[in-house]
Amino acid sequence: MTFDLGFALEILPTLAWAARLTVLSTLGGFALAAILGLLLAMARMNPLAPVRWLAHSYIEIVRNTPFLIQLYLVFYVLPDFGISAPALITGILTLGLNYSAYLAEVYRSGIEGTPVDQWEAAGALSLSSTVTWARVIVPQAVRPVIPILGNYGIGMLKETPLLSTIAVIELFGAAQSIAGTTYRYYEPYTVVAVVFLMLSLPTAWLINLLEKRLNRHG
Amino acid sequence: MPSFLPILLDGLRVTAGVACLSAVFALVIAFTVGLGRLVPLRPLQVVLRAYVEVFRGTSALIQLFYVYFVFPLFGLNLEPFPAAVIALSLNTGAYGSEIVRSSVLAVSKGQREAASVLGLPGPTTVRLVLLPQAIPRMLPPFGNLLVEHIKITSLVSLITVTDLAFAAQNVVQAQGNATQVYLIVLALYFVICFPVTQGTRFIERALRRAGRLGEGQ
Repeated sequence: MTFDLGFALEILPTLAWAARLTVLSTLGGFALAAILGLLLAMARMNPLAPVRWLAHSYIEIVRNTPFLIQLYLVFYVLPDFGISAPALITGILTLGLNYSAYLAEVYRSGIEGTPVDQWEAAGALSLSSTVTWARVIVPQAVRPVIPILGNYGIGMLKETPLLSTIAVIELFGAAQSIAGTTYRYYEPYTVVAVVFLMLSLPTAWLINLLEKRLNRHG
Repeated sequence: MPSFLPILLDGLRVTAGVACLSAVFALVIAFTVGLGRLVPLRPLQVVLRAYVEVFRGTSALIQLFYVYFVFPLFGLNLEPFPAAVIALSLNTGAYGSEIVRSSVLAVSKGQREAASVLGLPGPTTVRLVLLPQAIPRMLPPFGNLLVEHIKITSLVSLITVTDLAFAAQNVVQAQGNATQVYLIVLALYFVICFPVTQGTRFIERALRRAGRLGEGQ
């Protein structure tokens, strides 16, 4: 079996075009997770016990169940509530909901690493709780965990092929459909693997670089 | 009790089989590759590093499809079950090898120097000095990796292994009730994964109290 370079080049434009959905769902899912995760982390420190308990339960359930099943569930549950979202939106939503639970724990470690006197100083200045969070705690808590957030971003990129199971024709879905119609598996799946490496490895190096810079100026 | 529960439990047995078998292989790969990468032999380091980067840099789903659909083109025809075990072992093994490598590297330099001063040969140093100190450090990350491992076994349904996720899809196709079925399936996975998570936290706390995780951890 030899690798047919001609065929690989022939399918490259189709795959490259499908890769836009891979990138889009990663960025969209990550943006959603970044916001929801922060809200969850804050909810875990809420003075009201039921709020803390709810946030904690959500995080545990999401982290201890497979993304694939969560995806199927959201895909089937949304229509039950009369919501008919395009598959891509469902995919981005589920990615965001899933990763928010992981990012919440990352934020939490950042928040716990913020010196207690920052809270005390905000209290002494009688800043409201909103201002304390938004202007004092969050900016200091997020900076040191940016590289960890980035690593989760790469993790999310590698989850996006699962969206093909709900008919999002992203990179992997496109390769599957090419393989299905041409009965050629070697080239499509190899190209997809290479594209994933080309997306994930440089991102990982960038995050490493960023981590070194943050440490140096920290 | 829903009528489809026995079908799901059959699937759960397959999930357990895939998860256990590939976890054992992954553990062997993790130690072989993790320790192998510490051997000062350039070609070996290049090959092992390439393996780790490729398996950590691509998606587990792509790896599964590669083993199942592309390997046969090279004369390696695999049934879904062994293909699933091979792909998942290689995937989790790559992540595990990083845990082994970083835990061994985290053992202080003084310990290695002391072993070398005593004239211990390399393998003896690894066995008697490095591993006994590194293994406790590996336990918490291995626990977390095991949870990730159990969760990604659900992907094997996509190459037609009849695991829990596959059984769930069959039930939904036959009888509908998607929301109910998937909620039960979610609960079943949770019942397996959550004790592992809690156990890992317990071990981590115990090791930290015993001072076995090293300083600054």
